[in-house]
Amino acid sequence: MPPSSLPSTSAGAAENPWFSWDYVTQNAAILWQRASEHALITVEAVAIAAAIAIPLGLLAVRVRWLAAPLLSATAVLYTIPSLALFAILAPLMGIGRPPVLLGLVIYALLVILRNTVTGLDGVDPAAVDAARGLGLGRIQVLVRVQLPNALPSIVAGLRLATVTSVALVTVGVVVGYGGLGQIMFQGFRNNFYRAEIMTATLACVLLALVLDLVLWAAGRAMTPWLRGRAA
Amino acid sequence: MTPRTGVVDDALVYLNDPLTWTEPGGVLDLTREHLALTAAAVAIAAVLALPVGAWLGHSGRGAGVVVWLTNATRALPTLGVIFLLAAGGLFGNAATVVAAALFAIPVLLVNTYEGVRGALPSARDAARGLGMSDVGILALVEMPLATGLVGAGIRTAVVQVAATVPLAALAGGGGLGQIIAFGMGTQRYGQVLAGGILVAALCLLLDGLLALAQHFLTPRALRAGANSGVTSR
Repeated sequence: MPPSSLPSTSAGAAENPWFSWDYVTQNAAILWQRASEHALITVEAVAIAAAIAIPLGLLAVRVRWLAAPLLSATAVLYTIPSLALFAILAPLMGIGRPPVLLGLVIYALLVILRNTVTGLDGVDPAAVDAARGLGLGRIQVLVRVQLPNALPSIVAGLRLATVTSVALVTVGVVVGYGGLGQIMFQGFRNNFYRAEIMTATLACVLLALVLDLVLWAAGRAMTPWLRGRAA
Repeated sequence: MTPRTGVVDDALVYLNDPLTWTEPGGVLDLTREHLALTAAAVAIAAVLALPVGAWLGHSGRGAGVVVWLTNATRALPTLGVIFLLAAGGLFGNAATVVAAALFAIPVLLVNTYEGVRGALPSARDAARGLGMSDVGILALVEMPLATGLVGAGIRTAVVQVAATVPLAALAGGGGLGQIIAFGMGTQRYGQVLAGGILVAALCLLLDGLLALAQHFLTPRALRAGANSGVTSR
């Protein structure tokens, strides 16, 4: 890639701007590819984490004594820094995508689990009682009363997990799969090519904002009864 | 890459070698450096965030800014900031401290803000009725009542900073992250694994010790709700 290599050494200490549209247009293909990888691994990790954490949350609320050990176990995992986790997983799973994906799933798990439990705990017992009184079975109470009431909290957990995952993917650079982080690292090694690092960083923030907005809109669409109230 | 069982053996051999720990630039030296960098970053963040958070919480203004800052820094990739600092001419340990402090500020800010904001209105009213000034109310009533949340914020910030410092090793910073970065650079995956274990152990140990300190330093009357901090990550 001639355009992206060593811009500052070619013309002496010449220009190394913080941002350049030329860089963006000339490298649009690779930027798009890395951004897609970045988005895909984030979405995949959050989806897997949600598929595990939401049923776990339901279980923890039903089987009360499970809640405390589940939450503290995931909290311990959450305390382990991402770099350390990738460094532990990579030698065991091989370099590349798998350790990053597993690491992201682990971090997203805690956030979603915590919010699911909080959301279900916050459901008005009177509403559950009323539903039982109307003759709804356990599953129906769960699906028609408890889950819809816990939905705002679960969606908040999904949003938080998604935004943090987007930032965490970049750390995957250490194991060779960092999405936009690969471009940041390349810019760092290309004699501190500022435009390259800045573009990748901004793209990362933008990706987090877009995914957050999508989830916000989805959450809003799924809870029409909350519209008109303060968020 | 060596067979995967070999990696675990390599890591154990590396960790079992006394020289790994005691040589200059060994694990003990790196841990000391790691803790010094963490302390410096948290101290800088605290000096900036605690007074501002306390004042915003007292006056009740700036809630939007605090929330916005917390959310915005969540989306900002730490690695990008570290590389941008390097591209701006700030390298090594100075860059590490600046980047880590940057990400610790929102945590301390939001906890102090919520702590002061959440002080019992009746306590605040009583203090005002006694004729106390704004500064007096903040220092003698609201801040003591905020101890639990501020303590939780400091604990979160310390652990988060200790977790951020190793990232800076990718851009030439010091601390235990060097073991991981060096192992990756030389394809010694046993060392990478060992470095990962060391960093994880340090963070878990710090979190545990701070949990104990938090428990014993919180005035008994405030202990009930002390553990539920406003965390960010």
